Amino acid sequence: MSGTTIDHVARATPPKVARRIKGLSDRAIAWIFVAPTIFLLLAINIFPLLWTIYLSFTNYRANRPNAEVKWIGTRNYERILGDADIWLTMQATAHFLFWTLVLQVLIGFALAWLINQKFKGNDLWTTIIVLPMMLSPAVVGNFWTFLYQPQIGLFNYVVAFFTGADPTSFTMIGDVSLAPWAIVIVDTWMWTPFVMLICLAGLRSIPESIYEAAECDRASKWRQFWTITVPMVLPFLMLAVLFRGIENFKMFDLVVQLTGGGPGNTTTLTSIDLKREAFEKWRTGYSSAYAIILFVTVFGLASIYVKALNKVKER
Amino acid sequence: MKKAHIFAAAMLAAVAAQPAAQARADDLTLCWAAWDPANALVELSKDFEAKTGHKMSFEFVPWPNFADRMLNELNSGGKLCDLMIGDSQWIGLGAEAGHYVKLNPFFEKEGISMGDFIPATVTGYAEWPKNTPNYWALPAYADVVGWTYRKDWFSEPELQAEFKEKYGRDLGVPKTLEELKDIATFFQGREIDGKTVYGAAIYTERGSEGITMGVTNALYNYGFKYENPDKPYDLQGYVNSKGAVAGLEFYKALYDCCTPPGSSDWYMSEDIDAYKSGQVALQMNFAFIWPGVNADPNVGGDKSGYFANPAGPDGHFAQLGGQGISVVSYSEHQDAALEYIKWFAQPDIQAKWTAAGGASAMRSVVEAPDFPDKTPFNKAFLESMAIVKDFWAEPSYASLLLSMQDRVHKYVIAGEGTAQEALDGLVADWTEVFQDDGKM
Amino acid sequence: MSGYSVTEPSSTQKWVAGVLVIGYALITLMPLLWILATGFKSSADSIAYPPKVTFQPTLEGYVNLFTTQTRQTPEYLDAHPPQTWYEEIVHDKGMVIAGPSRFGERFMNSVIIGFGSTFLSVFLGTLAAYAFSRYRIPLKDDLLFFILSTRMMPPIAVAIPIFLMFRNLGLSDTHTGMILLYTAVNLSLSVWLLKGFIDEIPREYEEAALIDGYTRFQAFTKVVLPQAATGIAATAIFCLIFAWNEYAFAVLLTSGTAQTAPPFIPTIIGNGGQDWPAVAAGATLFLLPVMVFTILLRKHLLRGITFGAVRK
Repeated sequence: MSGTTIDHVARATPPKVARRIKGLSDRAIAWIFVAPTIFLLLAINIFPLLWTIYLSFTNYRANRPNAEVKWIGTRNYERILGDADIWLTMQATAHFLFWTLVLQVLIGFALAWLINQKFKGNDLWTTIIVLPMMLSPAVVGNFWTFLYQPQIGLFNYVVAFFTGADPTSFTMIGDVSLAPWAIVIVDTWMWTPFVMLICLAGLRSIPESIYEAAECDRASKWRQFWTITVPMVLPFLMLAVLFRGIENFKMFDLVVQLTGGGPGNTTTLTSIDLKREAFEKWRTGYSSAYAIILFVTVFGLASIYVKALNKVKER
Repeated sequence: MKKAHIFAAAMLAAVAAQPAAQARADDLTLCWAAWDPANALVELSKDFEAKTGHKMSFEFVPWPNFADRMLNELNSGGKLCDLMIGDSQWIGLGAEAGHYVKLNPFFEKEGISMGDFIPATVTGYAEWPKNTPNYWALPAYADVVGWTYRKDWFSEPELQAEFKEKYGRDLGVPKTLEELKDIATFFQGREIDGKTVYGAAIYTERGSEGITMGVTNALYNYGFKYENPDKPYDLQGYVNSKGAVAGLEFYKALYDCCTPPGSSDWYMSEDIDAYKSGQVALQMNFAFIWPGVNADPNVGGDKSGYFANPAGPDGHFAQLGGQGISVVSYSEHQDAALEYIKWFAQPDIQAKWTAAGGASAMRSVVEAPDFPDKTPFNKAFLESMAIVKDFWAEPSYASLLLSMQDRVHKYVIAGEGTAQEALDGLVADWTEVFQDDGKM
Repeated sequence: MSGYSVTEPSSTQKWVAGVLVIGYALITLMPLLWILATGFKSSADSIAYPPKVTFQPTLEGYVNLFTTQTRQTPEYLDAHPPQTWYEEIVHDKGMVIAGPSRFGERFMNSVIIGFGSTFLSVFLGTLAAYAFSRYRIPLKDDLLFFILSTRMMPPIAVAIPIFLMFRNLGLSDTHTGMILLYTAVNLSLSVWLLKGFIDEIPREYEEAALIDGYTRFQAFTKVVLPQAATGIAATAIFCLIFAWNEYAFAVLLTSGTAQTAPPFIPTIIGNGGQDWPAVAAGATLFLLPVMVFTILLRKHLLRGITFGAVRK
């Protein structure tokens, strides 16, 4: 097959020399391959980030291009950290983050485990379950406001069907105590499949031989579950939590469509609050400081988490 | 020498003529909210296209996103809109940040007089600073908050008898806000045609401007004032006066007693849905919905009646809606845009505008002798337009509005704190905004 | 050894698992079916109280989605009888079609921006992932973490300077601007995913190719790329779904020209109130392409979602 001269020459030449002669050096390829990515990220992520840092020390307002921009030091940061309302939005975010993660991990793992029992047609049903996470959160959030309407929506009637309660006796997005759960429910509905898929991959990565060996040692199913299944899936699960955690810390589209942050400020997550400051009140400097504070928080938490994840992986 | 002169003149004329020729075939984009009147304007504008040869395009954004999208567009110096039918409260920003073109010279040149329009709409939609003859828009769509009620339910003899027994007066159009609340209480939870119905659909929306546009109808009439009439930006004791507190408490009481479950984030469209699906006896909404209600197969015609916002103990006002039409200063087709305004300001076009489902603010239209009886709702419209009052139109109106949304929604819907605390908080928030702007 | 395996679940176990999973799937499907059904309801049926499960299907929602309409007087309507079935639907409500709606445009914007940014981010991501996988790059781990960290910034936070940047560069409300932006956001995902896939391709294949006289670049295009095809396809789907569904940047940075469907669909209003059948029709059409993709490539989705960050 390979009867060309070039192939003969190539075969006769030591590989390293061949590489140098015929193509770019490894180092050149490496840089040519990586450079566009790094450049684009610098232009669209790092440069804006630096700009945001600069703006956060000024009183700039993007809707008053003609006004004088003043350097005001750390005043924006002081104002934000001293503002009780912002701590409330942090609390709302924490509630949302915590419960969505707990529910999605529990349900997602359980589903993955059930699907892994390999019943007939499990592929089809897996695909069906995955569908909600493919939807646009904004479109879904908007439609859920319709589903949540006590009189004309579906949700209350389904709950009423199962519990016997009067469908108009409760309002998911209007009640201060229920609204935080309304957004948790929709997010869980959407993103449980995400956790499920990753868990399923984890479960399927466990070699059968380990179970067979455990079976030989007469370990109970229960013990196998806790000593083999859970530890082997854990790194996968932690990865899923990392991605869901970051995504939900940034949560904007779904909730803004669902509740608009209400009632009152009950579901005003930090991103929603930030959007109001930045693009409705146009307090650009102030909201830049706000953005930096958020970024440092996510970045810090994620770094700690990734360290933990790496430890689990090494085990 | 002379020849060269003529030649040069011809050249000049040719050069000068060129942009004019281009201007004759301009493609104009008009930006407005997406709602029934906008569709009527599309139809109406065909006349303009036929007469001038310009082509009209439209960009309509629904209400909850309208301010966000359009102010974003203006603030980014966008060239999308040549003509903007911007909300009344934007006029300060439009004028001071240079988004809008000042129209005084154009009005003078074309002989368009603001005296031809309803005075409240001129103040509300066109002037900045308020009450000075500086015009940044032509009143385009007159609108105001009013009420719709189920005339068919009101005229049920059994219900009438029961109401009379309970409240000692006839079941009819309420004269005061307290009476309105009585009626809403009366209908709340009642069984009509086999369905549970509720008192009133009111504005409670959190995200944009909903609850503010609703609550002001109560606040104004109980004595709330934006500022000291003699001393601008003096808020203390006006925004949070005793009357204002009572007004806010009234709105919360109305929300708590007499609205459908789940109506915690409702604005124009949700109120319409509730009304049209037969859930409520009363509906608070801008007058623009009235033609649609009147034509509705379920609740239209004789089944519905209309009335202006009822008086309170300390005043009789209604929240102004509506918009003026402005020329955007970033537009590359300003001349054609001005031509559009000139066309739109003609009395016969204004008459057609109202007939087609718009709402002209021109006096020759609304003061015509046959106007009040032309539709079932024109009378209520005229009564309402006579008592209008508007929100701040300051350049920082968005910040002022967001604070009010926040404070009011927290108290009325979430039930946090007291009315006094909410309004005291509002004074503090507004003071901060005006201080940041250097106005205090 | 009659095919019996100790790890194979018993048939009762399978049966119970099947029932539970199918039960969950049916519940999870309900909102989606409701969207589908609402698209075929009349506007009166869509806001019926209590909600209607059975109804007379109509294409009103779809007609409303694609057209703008105006109310007309009965005399006008009588003088202009409907010519087509869709004109008839509108005519019956006492209205006439004034023109096409913006939905088609917005949908096309989603297509252009979605596919454009997916292509770019997968292209750049594959190159970078290969380099990270095969070469010693100084500060590799830091660079990789930096790439991941760009995804941690809340979109609203980055949107402030990007808004200013786009305003100065004239990229506001342009397809180019949105494609570049989505590419940048998706790069972290595509680099991390693809690095995982390429790591799994044994180096021996390339070594063999190099010995056969291929250059490094040829080894990359002729050996690595075909091996990574599955991974690239899976990555592309994830990038596409992100770009297709993205809302925050779209709502802040686009307006009339480059606005995509997600900010548009929730704002479809009809004659008075929110037009739920039209919203549902728009949501259905918007969801369909992604669903088809998902179903076609469902086998690879499972593999793709491990993000390459966890090794087996």
